[in-house]
Amino acid sequence: MKALAFIAVILTGWLLMSAVSDFPDWGDPASPANSYRLSQHYITETFPETSVPNMVTAVLADYRGYDTMFETVVIFTAGIAIIGILRRYGPKDESVLKQQATIYKKDDDLIISTTCRLVIPIIQLFALYVVAHGHHSPGGGFQGGVIFGASFILLALSRDLQTAQKWVPENRILKLAGTGIFIYAGFGFLCLALGSNFLDYQILHKIMPATPIEARSHAMLGVEIGVAFTVTAVMFSIYSNLASNGRMKEGL
Amino acid sequence: MELLEAISAKFNYWVYIVIMMIGLYAMISKNNLIKKLIGMSIFQTAIILFYVSIGVKEGATIPILYHEQVHPSHDSGHHEADTSHGAGEHGSDADLHAAGPLIEADDFANPLPHVLMLTAIVVGVSTLGVGLAITQKLYGEFGTIEEHEILDSIISGK
Repeated sequence: MKALAFIAVILTGWLLMSAVSDFPDWGDPASPANSYRLSQHYITETFPETSVPNMVTAVLADYRGYDTMFETVVIFTAGIAIIGILRRYGPKDESVLKQQATIYKKDDDLIISTTCRLVIPIIQLFALYVVAHGHHSPGGGFQGGVIFGASFILLALSRDLQTAQKWVPENRILKLAGTGIFIYAGFGFLCLALGSNFLDYQILHKIMPATPIEARSHAMLGVEIGVAFTVTAVMFSIYSNLASNGRMKEGL
Repeated sequence: MELLEAISAKFNYWVYIVIMMIGLYAMISKNNLIKKLIGMSIFQTAIILFYVSIGVKEGATIPILYHEQVHPSHDSGHHEADTSHGAGEHGSDADLHAAGPLIEADDFANPLPHVLMLTAIVVGVSTLGVGLAITQKLYGEFGTIEEHEILDSIISGK
């Protein structure tokens, strides 16, 4: 089996390596990917068309809006799948719980809990900044959502899962994740209702105090917030289910 | 010597292929399910590095416009020269654009690979989470995460 795997890997690697000479040079502006008119269009026309200086966010939330919406659905589905696979509601298995309690029972470390109490609000504030300022500086819904979810994971690690659960109980996680998808798809259907195409944000200027170009920027912020909701909820859901073996009682 | 030159000319691609091979080997040959998942993450890293390196341009910056290009009214004089041929091309579009300096495609890295990898990273984390959840469930069921031991107990159980 190992020899077979080695042969397969060497074969794949050899095929790719023999194609390396056809790849473009490092940093070549004339390479096919860089000189194709689509990427040129994204760079030169993003700001005139959407009034968003961060092209990555604009391409993510506007030009490739469908893609991002269904990526968000993929993340949501992963969160649901993890809950479906691991979550157990039945009567407590006392032996396992006791075993875990003896392993993880320890006094709260003063330095760790104090530091985390000071740091977590700053992390959360930074996460909100990354989401809200995502179309002017590096950032956006995915990045901000991951940072926000990480702040709850840090809380669960520094105290215990119960403390973190007070802030994000399981039913709230599911509601948050669903709300994120709902916000994103809601913007799409709002465009549809106003008589344009799905996720064609320009039409939103009818209900916003903005020009059609600025409406695209504002709608991007809206869908990024939706993405951030889902990512935050799913990141904490993954951690809490894995750490507590689906019991949501004793975590790491 | 010739081979060495061929490698150093496209060094980045060779690195990605080697990383990918390591990940693929771990995914195929390792018996431990956690090690398989680690292999999957290594494989993903190779793909992400490959895509990001495709978008690199020599001498270009991150795909975010400068403040001066967005708010030309804030700086006083030096963009005046660019204004003339910036306005000619897109006169019909926004006045925002007409006033700003011309945006050159070669000054900014290709944003498209960044967008694709941004979502790929987060989706990769989610799929890794599902994989870990299944592994944990298997451990609860069989008491082991070694693939052949799980297979043995399935066969002997039937």
